[in-house]
Formats: sequence, structure tokens, C-alpha cells
Amino acid sequence: MAIIAERPKSLRDISFTYCPGCTHGIAHRLIAEAVDELGLRNSMAGVAPVGCSVFAYKFFDFDMAEAAHGRAPAVATGMKRARPDMNIFTYQGDGDLAAIGTAEIVHAANRGEHISVFFVNNAIYGMTGGQMAPTTLPGMKTTTSPYGRDADDIGYPIRVSELLNTLEAPYYIERVTLLSVPEIIKAKKAVLKALTYNKEGKGFTFIEFVSTCPTNWGVDPVDALKWAKDNMVPYFKPGLFRDKGEQK
Amino acid sequence: MKYEMIFSGFGGQGALAIGKFIAQSAMTEGKNVSWLPSYGPEMRGGTANVSVVVSDTEIASPVVSTPTVMVALNQPSLDKFGPDVKPQGLIIVNEDLCPKVVKRSNIDYVVVPFNTLAKEIGSDKVLNMIAIGIIIEKTNIIKYDTLADELTAFLKDRNPELLKLNLEAIQKGMELAK
Amino acid sequence: MGNKVLMKGNEAVAEAAIRSGCRLYFAYPITPQSELIEYMAKMMPKVNGTFLQAESEVAAINMVYGAAGMGKRVMTSSSSPGISLKAEGLSYLAGARLPAVIVNVQRGGPGLGDIQPAQGDYFQATKGGGHGDYRLIVLAPSSVQEFADMASDAFDLTDKYRVPVMILSDGLLGQMMEPVEFKEYKTDAEIEELGKQHFDWCMHPNVDGPGRHHHEINSLEIDPVMLEKHVLNLEKIYKEIEAKEVKLEEYNINPDNEYVCVAFGTAARIVKSAIDDLNAEGHNIGLIRPITVWPYPYKEIERAIHDKINRVFVFELNLGQMLEDVKLAVNGKVPVEFMGKVGGIVFTPEEVKEKIKAYL
Repeated sequence: MAIIAERPKSLRDISFTYCPGCTHGIAHRLIAEAVDELGLRNSMAGVAPVGCSVFAYKFFDFDMAEAAHGRAPAVATGMKRARPDMNIFTYQGDGDLAAIGTAEIVHAANRGEHISVFFVNNAIYGMTGGQMAPTTLPGMKTTTSPYGRDADDIGYPIRVSELLNTLEAPYYIERVTLLSVPEIIKAKKAVLKALTYNKEGKGFTFIEFVSTCPTNWGVDPVDALKWAKDNMVPYFKPGLFRDKGEQK
Repeated sequence: MKYEMIFSGFGGQGALAIGKFIAQSAMTEGKNVSWLPSYGPEMRGGTANVSVVVSDTEIASPVVSTPTVMVALNQPSLDKFGPDVKPQGLIIVNEDLCPKVVKRSNIDYVVVPFNTLAKEIGSDKVLNMIAIGIIIEKTNIIKYDTLADELTAFLKDRNPELLKLNLEAIQKGMELAK
Repeated sequence: MGNKVLMKGNEAVAEAAIRSGCRLYFAYPITPQSELIEYMAKMMPKVNGTFLQAESEVAAINMVYGAAGMGKRVMTSSSSPGISLKAEGLSYLAGARLPAVIVNVQRGGPGLGDIQPAQGDYFQATKGGGHGDYRLIVLAPSSVQEFADMASDAFDLTDKYRVPVMILSDGLLGQMMEPVEFKEYKTDAEIEELGKQHFDWCMHPNVDGPGRHHHEINSLEIDPVMLEKHVLNLEKIYKEIEAKEVKLEEYNINPDNEYVCVAFGTAARIVKSAIDDLNAEGHNIGLIRPITVWPYPYKEIERAIHDKINRVFVFELNLGQMLEDVKLAVNGKVPVEFMGKVGGIVFTPEEVKEKIKAYL
């Protein structure tokens, strides 16, 4: 009997701790597949964030560091500087990367650290129970914006990819979504590209995944995909912002 | 033998360097030394200063509150540290920038126009070296030869002209102190 | 005179760290430790090391976390307000059992305080600073030579126990120049070997098949039973350190002492001058100078309080922080007197003498 699908080698044989319908599992799998395909499994090390993907350090079958909230890009910087022969990525959510860790991501990008950053944007804090994120949409209700996000009071959602695209150093920045099969295939290509550049030592690479949180949005997984498509995608437009590899 | 010294002046006059050269030479001669500068806002207001201790025995406190030797390259320095100098101590004063010298009894004063003399020698930069010359002549903290060797090693290739002026300034100081 | 060089404490500790095999340094500028970061900026490229000026103290300590996770000798330094910012990272380093060296060139506080020498971070260094049950090994130098020597001691200790080590210095020791003699540079091969000692837990390149490792650099343990086990293991290590690594200087400590002073770091230098003078007048006063302020020499102080001792004096450049540890050690046997100086002002030997004389 032919095997038509199997667990990537770079994922360990343990169950994810994510809610049903959560897209973190997809993002993990894309990264693991790409690491396998590029033959990076023995030189790879990742940094897990604080948030829903806090246990990412358990799931990947290579060395992992668990960072303090928001500090993953600084930890990754230390790792890469200590072992330039290894390939390093961070995996971060929107609260971790775009709120408490804003300084770390901006400066790691600005230095052009030779790391890859995978940024999962689902417009909410999942782990702590559905609080407002820096990427929560205007009017969106969360447990800390119970009347809807008031942009006049608390500001507008931050478009991180666009923000980082103002910097000189980053090598590759792209926003993809995990909202449909064709888009997931596109996302896989972006992950492969980021890790290829990482392998080649090109510089800082950044992928933003527009993602969902059915549990904290209070909708079922299928509706969550639709909600994200109707509401998040118009604000966080997918696209290639920067690819220094293409320019040449 | 233990000498506690304070060298003080405007930033850029070389007060800290007086301390550095004396500490360096004393160390070469096998003595214990410490060099403790003022830093931060204390540098402003004209009393950039350094406390230097040279001793045959281990130096406990590097903080000098009652110096035996004090160099004041300007008036604020003389006003600030002059009263603290120990009886029988030595106070070296830059006459050019210290219009008011009220002499205490029991203190050995050497009052010399450093700026004028430095100009005569050929460079404002060597002003502090005249003070070192006076200290060499008046005390046995360091020997001229030790300092001359240090300076030669440091400046011979880099700036032979400045080396010549420095040595000249030290000798001038020694001469004036006689 | 051997190969003595006249050097500032800030530069000497940096040079000694490089000689000890430190090739990674991450920091943020702050007075009065700027010469340290500047020295590293100048020297690290010459030894193919990494110098990185981080965007913040917070980032710097987390870069240390990442590099330490790779098993490499890594250092950061700062002064008091910056150490507060690093407190989060210190707790994580301790929790994840990462070896790292942190230099604190203390200045006056609280808040921005000033930039003059102080010892107000004693509590922060020895009792925590960050959250959770953890300890740092804390070394307190009192001369430029000792400051430099502590760099290699600190790396050896942190590699041995996987407990972060802090060198608790101050602005005076950082800014002062004294003669210092350095150890030889560790060779690249020796540095490589030092890294390998951590291969059973640190992140490093992997292999396929047998011998493949999955190392997690982590302070998170969500299962309370497992976390309890982890913290109790930390306690075991801390107890071992307390049993083996206490260091102190006994200055004129003898069976006929009438008084004993306790002081650390810069304050101890001043106290030495004062008791030299008083002993020359016919008194018999000793000084205990803790060199490790954690682990603390409780037993050694207790032992020094024999029947002839009338009183114990504690001198610190703060409002009485180590004083609490001295009182624990003395345990009510004799009165303990305290003199502190704050604001970044260093007391003079005369002031110390006056304090002691009031009780003679």
C-alpha cells in the first residue's frame, strides 16, 4: 500500500494542543514540511513564543527555545550569533510580536538578522482567553474590548508586514493566509522561500499568516474562515511586500 | 611611603592625565597605585579631578579626602580642594587661571603661570607636564627617567615633536621647583 | 612587576572576560559602565567574537538567553536601572538553567538616581530581582584586579552549576584605574571544548537516527507536579553552592578582636583604611569582607563573633541591605551597628572611624 500522506519528520509524534479548527497546526506543518524538503532538519533550531503556540517547542523535532513574551527575535538573535552554522526561526502570535515584542521584532528586522520569522495573525489573544490584540479589527468585540474596538480610543490594528517593509534591511516579507486550500498551497511556497533564503544566509525573512481563532471569536471553524476572509483580508491584504531575491 | 593626591582643572586641561602619568610611572617603579576620576556632571563646573594614591603597601581606600599633594589648574579647583590639603602638604597652582591665591600656613606652595609657560615651550598641550615636573622635583613619588621612558615608548613613533615638548615641559617644571 | 597594566575596572573585566573565552556580548549603553561596552565594541571583532549593541536592556538579556542556550560563554553588563530592565531575563535564565555572566556597575538609585557609586542593588542581586524562586551567584569585587579575576571565576561557576552569575560592582570600581595582571587567553580549541561540555542539554547541530537530540531551552512547566520537581532540583543546586562556594576575605580577624566590621566591595576598601588607622592607635578591629554575597558567609561571620567581641559594625553604600544578612549571622549575640551612605556618595575613612570611635 502506497503512503500518500505522512507526518513530516520535523514534527514529533505528539498531539497538538490546539483547539479544533485552529490554523496553528497548518502553519506548524508547513514549516516542518519545508524544513524536511530543504534538508535543514539537523541545522534547524526554533524559538517558541508566549501565547497559544507556547508549546511549539514540544512539537518540532529539533532543538527549540521557549522565549519570554515578545522576546523571541532577541533570543533568535543570540542563537544565530552564537551558532551562525545553524538556521533559526521564530514562531510568534500577534500579541507576542506586535504588542509586547514590538521593539524586538522591529530591531531584529532592522539589523537584518539572518533568521526567519513566522507571524500568526488571528486578531486576538487566544491563550489568555480572547483579549484584544494589536491586530484586533475596529469594532471587533473581545473580552477587553467588550463594546467593540474603538479606534479613536485605542488606535487601529497594526499592519506589521507593511511596517517592517519601511526598513532597509529585511530580505523577504510576504503576507499569506491559511483560509483555503489554494491559499495554504501559496503559503507553503512562501515558507519554502523564506527558509531557502535562510539556508542561503540571505538575511531577515518574514511571513505573516492571516489566521483564525474559532474558539475566541465564538464561531465554528468554517464560519471562522469566512469571517476572516470577509473582515481580516480586506484590512490585512495578502501580498508580496519585499523579495530581494526576485529583484536581482 | 604613601602619597594621596588630587589633580583638578577644567576639562581638557589635562588634570586627569597628570594622575595617569604619575600612576603609570609609579606602577612601573613597583609601587601600588590607584587612579579614581570624577565622572559625569561633576566634570562640569571646572573641577574635573582625579584622586591618585601611590603607596609602598596595599592601598585600602582609593578615595582621597585630605590630599598631601594637590594641583589646581584653575580657581574653582583651588577653592574646592585647597582647604583639604594636609598640613605640610604641597599645593601647585596655575597662576594664569587662579587670580585669588590665599595661602595657608604650613603648606608648601608652588605658584606658576602654566598657560604662559606652555605657550613659551610651544604647545598648550604640555601645560600639565610642567605640573608633573614640579611634583618630581618636590617629592620622591616617581623618577624623571621612569616617566621619560614611558613617554618615549608612547610617543616616539606617534608624535616625536610632542614628545620633545613634553620632556622639555617636565624639565621646566623641575627647574622652577628648585 | 610582571605584566601589570594600569586599567579601568570596566575595561579590565571586559578584557578578562574575553580571555576567559567569552565571544558573545550583548548590551545597551548606560553610565557608569560605558567603558565596558565600548571596550567590547573595540575588542570583540579582533577575536572574531560578537559584539552587539541591543535596542534595549530587555533585548540584550534575551540575546544572552539565546546564546547561552547554544552553550556558549556569553556576557552582558549594565548599571542599576538597566539591571532592573534585565530582571525578567534573569528569572528566565535561572528557570531555564542557562549559564551566563551579568555585570552590574551599580549607581545611585532608586529610579534614575544618579551615576555615582552605590551599593543599593544588594537586595535585588542577592534576594531575587526577578520573579519566582531563584538565586544568582553574586560576586562582589573590591579592586580592579579582583573585578578582572571574577570574570573567569564567574564563567567557571556558571558553567559548573548552570546558575547565572552576577558580578556586583559599582561606579567607583568601574571608573577607577589600578594595576591589573591578566591570565592567558584561552585558545580557540579550549573555547570549543568549553562549549561541548553542555552538549547534553544545549541546542547544537543535530544528527539523523540514533543520537538525535531534541533539547528544549525552557522555563515553562505547566504541570505543577513537574514544576515542583524542577524548583526542588534548583534548590538542591543552590544548597550545593551554599555548601561549596562561599568566599570571603578576613582582614585582621584574630581571637583577640574586640570589634568586627562587615563590608563588601568599595565600602570594604574604605573600612580597611579606617581600621588600619584605629589599630595603629592600639585597638584590635577586624574586617570580614564577603566576596560572594550569595552564597553569603553566615557561618564565617557567626564564627568570628567570639566572647571578646563587643559589637559588630556594618558599613554599606545603601540604607542597610547586607545589614539584614549580618544580623542573621550574628543572631543577637552582640549589638550590630550600621552606617550607610546613599545618593552615590562614598563615605570617607574619617567618617567610618568616627562611627566606630563612638562605641570604643
